[in-house]
Parts: sequence; structure tokens; C-alpha cells
Amino acid sequence: MSRKPLVRECPPTTWYFRQPRYLRYMSREITSIFVGAYCVLLVVGLQRLAAGPAAWEGFLLALRSPASIVFQFLCLIAAVYHAATWFNATQKAMPLQIGEDFVPGNVISGAHYAVWILLSLVVMFFAGVF
Amino acid sequence: MRSISTDVVIIGAGGAGLRAAIALAEADPKLRIALVSKVYPMRSHTCAAEGGAAGVIKPDDSFDLHFDDTVGGGDWLSDQDCVEYFIHEAPKELLQLEHWGCPWNREADGSVAVRPFGGMKKKRTWFAADKSGFHILHTLFQTSLQFPSITRHDEFYALDLLVDDGRCQGVTALEMRSGELHQFHARAVIIAGGGAGRMFPFSTNGAIKTGDGMAMAYRAGAPLKDMEFVQYHPTGLPNTGSLLTEACRGEGGILVNKHGRRYLQDYGMGPETPVGQPQLKTMELGPRDRVSQAYWHELQKGNTVTTQWGECVLLDMRHLGEKKINERLPLVRELAEAYLGVDIVKDAVPIRPVVHYMMGGISTNTKAATPLPGLFAAGECACVSLNGANRLGSNSLVELLVFGRRAALSAIEHVQGAPTPNAAALNACAEQTQSRIDDLMSRTDGTESMSGLRREMMDTMEKNVGIYRSEEGLQEGVNKIHELRQRYQRVRLTDKSSVFNTDLFQLLELGSMLDCAEAVTVGALARKESRGAHQRLDYVERDDKNFLCHTMVYHQGLDVPRVDYLDVVITKSPPGVRDYSGDHK
Amino acid sequence: MTPLKERLVQLEVLRYNPDTDTEAHFQRYEVMCQEEWVVLDALNKIKADIDPTLNYRWSCHMAVCGSCGMMINGEPKLSCHAFLRSYEGVIRVEPLAHFPIERDLVTAPDDFMEKLKRVKPYVIPKEEKPISEGEYKQTPAQLMKFRQYSMCINCMLCYAACPQYGLTPSFIGPAALTLAHRYNLDSRDGGRKERMEVVATKEGVWECTFVGACSEVCPAHVDPASALQQLKIVGSIDWIVEHLIPGGKS
Repeated sequence: MSRKPLVRECPPTTWYFRQPRYLRYMSREITSIFVGAYCVLLVVGLQRLAAGPAAWEGFLLALRSPASIVFQFLCLIAAVYHAATWFNATQKAMPLQIGEDFVPGNVISGAHYAVWILLSLVVMFFAGVF
Repeated sequence: MRSISTDVVIIGAGGAGLRAAIALAEADPKLRIALVSKVYPMRSHTCAAEGGAAGVIKPDDSFDLHFDDTVGGGDWLSDQDCVEYFIHEAPKELLQLEHWGCPWNREADGSVAVRPFGGMKKKRTWFAADKSGFHILHTLFQTSLQFPSITRHDEFYALDLLVDDGRCQGVTALEMRSGELHQFHARAVIIAGGGAGRMFPFSTNGAIKTGDGMAMAYRAGAPLKDMEFVQYHPTGLPNTGSLLTEACRGEGGILVNKHGRRYLQDYGMGPETPVGQPQLKTMELGPRDRVSQAYWHELQKGNTVTTQWGECVLLDMRHLGEKKINERLPLVRELAEAYLGVDIVKDAVPIRPVVHYMMGGISTNTKAATPLPGLFAAGECACVSLNGANRLGSNSLVELLVFGRRAALSAIEHVQGAPTPNAAALNACAEQTQSRIDDLMSRTDGTESMSGLRREMMDTMEKNVGIYRSEEGLQEGVNKIHELRQRYQRVRLTDKSSVFNTDLFQLLELGSMLDCAEAVTVGALARKESRGAHQRLDYVERDDKNFLCHTMVYHQGLDVPRVDYLDVVITKSPPGVRDYSGDHK
Repeated sequence: MTPLKERLVQLEVLRYNPDTDTEAHFQRYEVMCQEEWVVLDALNKIKADIDPTLNYRWSCHMAVCGSCGMMINGEPKLSCHAFLRSYEGVIRVEPLAHFPIERDLVTAPDDFMEKLKRVKPYVIPKEEKPISEGEYKQTPAQLMKFRQYSMCINCMLCYAACPQYGLTPSFIGPAALTLAHRYNLDSRDGGRKERMEVVATKEGVWECTFVGACSEVCPAHVDPASALQQLKIVGSIDWIVEHLIPGGKS
């Protein structure tokens, strides 16, 4: 007749199926794999560029293969999703107080989206899109 | 049984218990302090207090005014030496809390802000939105964490005081998670166990407010004082009984009946003041006893609003506007919305009076000492006679602090002269508790259902000891509670397990409540007058000739308790007329 | 007067009695409830009328004492604030996740209590000031800076929601870290450095991966996730100042 506390372990490999919010979290984390993979792709591209025009041409050709386009499309989706979660997080990490009141969170996140779009336009301008 | 030797044991870790513990630790770091509570400190019911805490701080205020408000509010049943001590200590204690980090609301210049409160002639209620008690409790609890000499015994249910040689020298307590009985040997004991509002069915009080501390002292021979004075808070949610703070009216909310009339003007609290411009100490800022009694009269006249939760009046705060409501009354908005489905920004909220606070309790003097040497008490469980026959809102949160600290200082004084406890004698005393528990656990012939007895007790209290009382009803109440106490001896314990057996704790709590309920009914029957929260339909006037005195109720085992009286201490304010007609004389 | 609507509610409650059980099991109860009740009301009715051996904690019934946290249909909730009207079918009630079960719905909060103490959740004064000199001035803006984080009722729902805490029990966790942040932000306080030694550590904020569940379940709208992210920024700046700026002191 005494205490015998019962510990129910958190299942280390399947816990994220318990709650939709945990799945959302895991999908956010998984996007980083795509972002990382695309970085590797960029490094390989640099290395090819350094190896000479023929290597660079081969690299560009490889980028145009259907598998590569699918891969890049997935990376784009992942990066956009990752960026969106990041921007949404900014209102929590960087609250802005003016006087007694705090600037509404969606203004802070919104400002990040605005800057993002602006910078993208600038990059596109220098890339000659317009 | 395990034995723990300490210097001071405190029973209850709410506002008063924590304040006492900190005061002890600060005064003498070598003192061993055992803080025993049936709940974790932050669960204590201090957390549910909303409106604020009164203390003279602003230049337009004075100690004399706070004195007059408190004594008049208490219908001259307050001990005036106690009130004098209290009003001077109040601002110091509130400042101390400020220094410990309590997030009091502020004025633009950074000084603490104050709000109007019922029965107070000046704005002097310090507040942290409408979660003042919550912030006070957490500030005290968190502050207490830095003192290594405070040893907490969380979730220990205290049972019996250990009394030897005419002195209180400890307590027995059940560790709830193991079921093991512990005895604490100490040279002084402070009870800070809170009120007993759960003896009523409709109450703002949390489940834990079952009068265990009061009953424990009572059984050990200390008298309970003025127990018949039970405060009804005028504005509770009609279904759950949740408190809507007096600050609702302090900020400008009004009470109207079904005809839209601000009916308080018909009960000596008028004339009417302009809506949205609350005037101190009149109309909606009248004292709680008068405002609750006015509801009763409206009910008799058929002026109340019939809702699915029963008869109500309406608390209208719409004119305050959303911004002010969100800033000053966010919890009220949330409570009304969640439990009643009413948004106070858009609609008036139906309310009715609800049992809120026990003015009575363990009899203590201004030093927080009970008549039993070595035993001190503070907070709602004590009756230091600050509140008299009716407590003013926002005096009790300060009472916790002032008399929690005072109990600690008195305990230190007592400890210095107290001889070492006689362990053998205390052991023998504790063995009696052990056999009481063993008997309960092994009892197989229990015939009475616990929840049945509890329901009968609550129904009796509501029916016979409500806002207005009569000889007939009170006699019925006394008889019934007495009968329930006898039947309680045969109550059935279903759960025999040792670990966290809440069936057992509820049963013990019921015993405490029945003891307290008997003191309330017996005291009320004997007091043949109307004063403050004790209103008799058969004795409608205050009777200073016969009843300007405290009721003292002494436990007599299973017999009807003995009632005695003690004079009220009057120093400078002779009994007068309570005037809540504002400035419109 | 329209009578209050009633409804037969089915609850599936996790039971565990260390005296007799080696494992926990679910028990089904059927109880007539008013439509406007909360899960706690249903439990109270079961305890009073059906099964006195069912154990759980509760007190205030107004979501401020923090006693009655439970998993309701897998979600950490205060049972006094979980309205029956929000649930259909059988309601599954379990003790708070990630804490050892003492009995039935009663868990042992010892670990949280120890962690709370570790973060020094009290004012460590910047400058000592006697009471006789009055209050520390604090403007409404300075108050608002930390007020939200002082609203924590210690109900531990955030710990039950946080998978990091479930997987790595040494994590100090959302509520305790948030209270550290609350005192760091208080204009009266000078104890940030002491607290950051506990907070900006592997077991402290750096164990947090910003799942954000703590803020979603918090019944007091404290938003612990925001406090922890801010603490990470503070910790990072401290580190940069200390390690990368010549002559810099944290």
C-alpha cells in the first residue's frame, strides 16, 4: 500500500502522429532538408563553374532534366513554406512596443512579407527579368 | 507515522500562510519553518480574489477615513484597536508586495493606481487588473522560493493540533500521495487555512474552502468568533456562482431590476447618481451586506428578472466601453462570456448574491494570537475582528498580509520563551489521530452516504441561514446540523486506498464543515438582533445594548456547542448610523 | 423560464490505482449533465453519485487556480474550462501527459516545482530601497512590457503539450522559462544575469525547437513560445557580446 507513480513514455519515433499541430511542426522542420539540399546544389553549381565552360554547360543541362525540375519545384515549395513559418514567427520573437501598446503581430509579420517581396523584385530586376 | 521536528509550523499556504512564512524567514534565517498545505501554494483560494487591496496611499486620503469606513462598514462590531493597527500597516504591506514584484496597475507617472470600492469614502484599492488576488498569491509564492529555511509540505492534509501542557505544539497531517500520517512537532503553530464557504451550495469559494483550519482549532479548544456573519457578495454568476468583482461597480457598472430601475436608491443607498460617474460610498458603491439585502427585497417584490438560472438582477457595464472593460475587467468579461454566454460589452449580465466570505473564524487578538497558547491564526480562518459584522471589499487581501506577518512576529516571540516540546506526550497525542484514521479506513458498517450528508448540510444552510433569517428557520438549522453531526459518525468511506484518496479527504472536509456550520447556526440563533450581514426578520434593529459583543462558540464534542460573548473594543468611534446616501443629504 | 437542457454524456476516464493496478485502464461512465456544464462538472457528478473512488484535483472552477489540468480527447485542458457543448460522442479524459501518474487523473508535479525554483522567479532588486521610501516607479508602458508573462497560473498544460519536454524531461520547459523572462523584463529587477545562467543553456531555451504547442494550449493567454524565442535572442546577443566583441561583457 504505497506510491507507485506510473510513467507513460512519450513514444520517441511516433509522437508527432498524436496531434495535427505536431505534424505541422514536423512538416516545417522537414522543409529544411529541401532547403539544405538546394544549397548543396548551388555549391555543386559553383564547383562546375570553376571547372570550366564545358562543365558549366553540362550542369545547366542537368538542371533542365524533368527530375531536376521536379526537385527544384519541391525545393521552391519547401522554401516558401519555411519562409512563411519564419515570418509568422517573427511576431512572437520580436514584439514591438510603442507606448503602452504592442504593434499587432500581423503588422510585424506583414512587414516581413513586404520586405521579402520588395527584395525579390530587386533581385529579379538585377537578374534582368524586367 | 513519521515525525518532523521544526520551530514553527504553518497550516495553509495561501496569502496569509505565505506572508507568515516569509516574515519568519526574514526575521530569523535559522528558524526552521514547515509550511503545510493541502494544495500546492498557487492553488490556494487567494488566487480567485479579483478587485484589489485597500491601503491609504494617495494625498487626498487619510487613516481616519479608512478607519471610519471599516468600522462603519462592519456595523461597529470591529475591534477598533485592531482596525487602527490594520490601517497603518496596510500601505506598508502593499508597498512590500510592490517591492517583491506585484504587477499593480499604475498611473501615468509610475505611481500605483487605486480604484473605488464599495463602502470606501476614498479611492484606495490597489489593483492588478481584476486578478489582484492571483498576482498577490503568485508574488508571495515566488518570493518565498528564495528562502531555504521554508520547507514546504505540499498536499499534506492537516488533521489535529497537538496540544500538551496547555500549549499548542504541533499538528498531525496526512501526506496525500502516500496516505502516511506525519506529526510535526513545533514550538508555535500558525493556522492560515482559509474560510468555509463550501458549507453553502451556492458560493464563490473553491472546493478547498472547507474550514479545516477553523475546525481544527475549534476542536482543540479555541473558540470560533462571530461565525454567524457570512458575507454574500452581491454579484455572482447565477449558474456557477463565479465572482464578478465589486470593481465592476467601482469602474461604473450599475445594478438594475426588471423594470430597468437602479433599485439600490430604494434601500437607503440613493439618490441615484449619474450613470458612468460612480460616486464613492453610495448607490452601487454601497457595502456588500446592504447591496445583497436589497436584492432579497427586490425578489420579494417580484422585481427580479426570471432567467433559466433562477431569479436575477442585472449588472450593466455596457456604458464602460470595450477599451476600459478590457483594461480593467478582462477576467470578468471572460467569465461571463465562457460560463454564461454573455458579452458584458454588449449585454447586461444577470447576477445574484452568492456566499463569499466568513467574517467569523478562530478568535484572535490584535497580535493574531488565539486563546490557546502557541496557536496563532491569520486570514479568513481567523476572526481578528477587523471586519466586524460586514467586511468591506478589498480589506481582506490586506488582512492576509498584515495579520499573516503579525502572526509570524508573535510566533517568534512565543518560540523564544517556549520550552522544548515533550516528544513522548505529543506522540501519544498523534497516536489518537492515527487511530481515528485507522478506524475510518477499516470501517465496514458505515450507513450514511457522504455526498448525501453534504447535500443536506448545504440545503440546510441555504434554507435557514441565508441573507435574512428567522427564529424558526435558525432553530430548524441548529437541529438539522446537530443531527447531521451525529449521523456523520456513521458515514461510509467507499475508497480504502492509501494513495491520493480524495474520498477520504472529502469525508474529513465534510467533518470540518459540519463543525463550522454548527457554530454558524448556533451563533445566528443566539444573536437576536440585525447587524451587518446578520439580518433577522424577527429582530430587525441593531441592539447595541445586548449585542454589541462578539459571539464566542466553544466546541463540546458531539453536544451542542457552548455560546459565550466578548465585548467589542471601542476606542474612538461609538456606534452610529451607517449612512450610504452619498453627498445628497 | 426555459429549463436548462440536459444531455447524457459518456466519459472514458483513465483509471490507475497503485494499490491494485500495474497498468492504467479506461473506465466508461454515463452521466446526465446540463448542456452548459464543463467536463469538471460531469466528473463531480460521477464522484458524488456514481463512483466515489474516482480521483482528480480541482478547486476554483473559474480557470485561475490551475488545479484541474487534464488531457481531454488528447488535448491538455483545464477541465473547468472544457465545455461539454464543444464535444460530441465519448469524451476521453486522461491525466496530464508527460507527468508521472499518482492515481487516476492525479499527476505528480514535482519536476515542474523544482524547475520553477531554479529560474529564480522573484525580483532580485536592481537597487535596494526601503519601504519607507515608497514604491518603485513603474510606468504603465513598463508594466505592459512584462504583464502578459506574469499571468501564468502554473497549470502545466504547456508541459503536457510540449513534445520536447516529453522526450527530454531535463528541459526546464515553457512556464518556468516564461517566468524567468517575466522577471528579466521587470523594470524593478536586476537579476537577468543570474537567471540567464540557468536559462540560456542546453536544458533551458536551447532545448526549445519552437513547436509552439505551449502557446496554443495556454488557458491564460501567456504565449510562452514568444517568451522563449525572445530569450533565445537575448541569450544569443549575450553570447556575441561576450565572445566576439573585444572587451565585451555579458
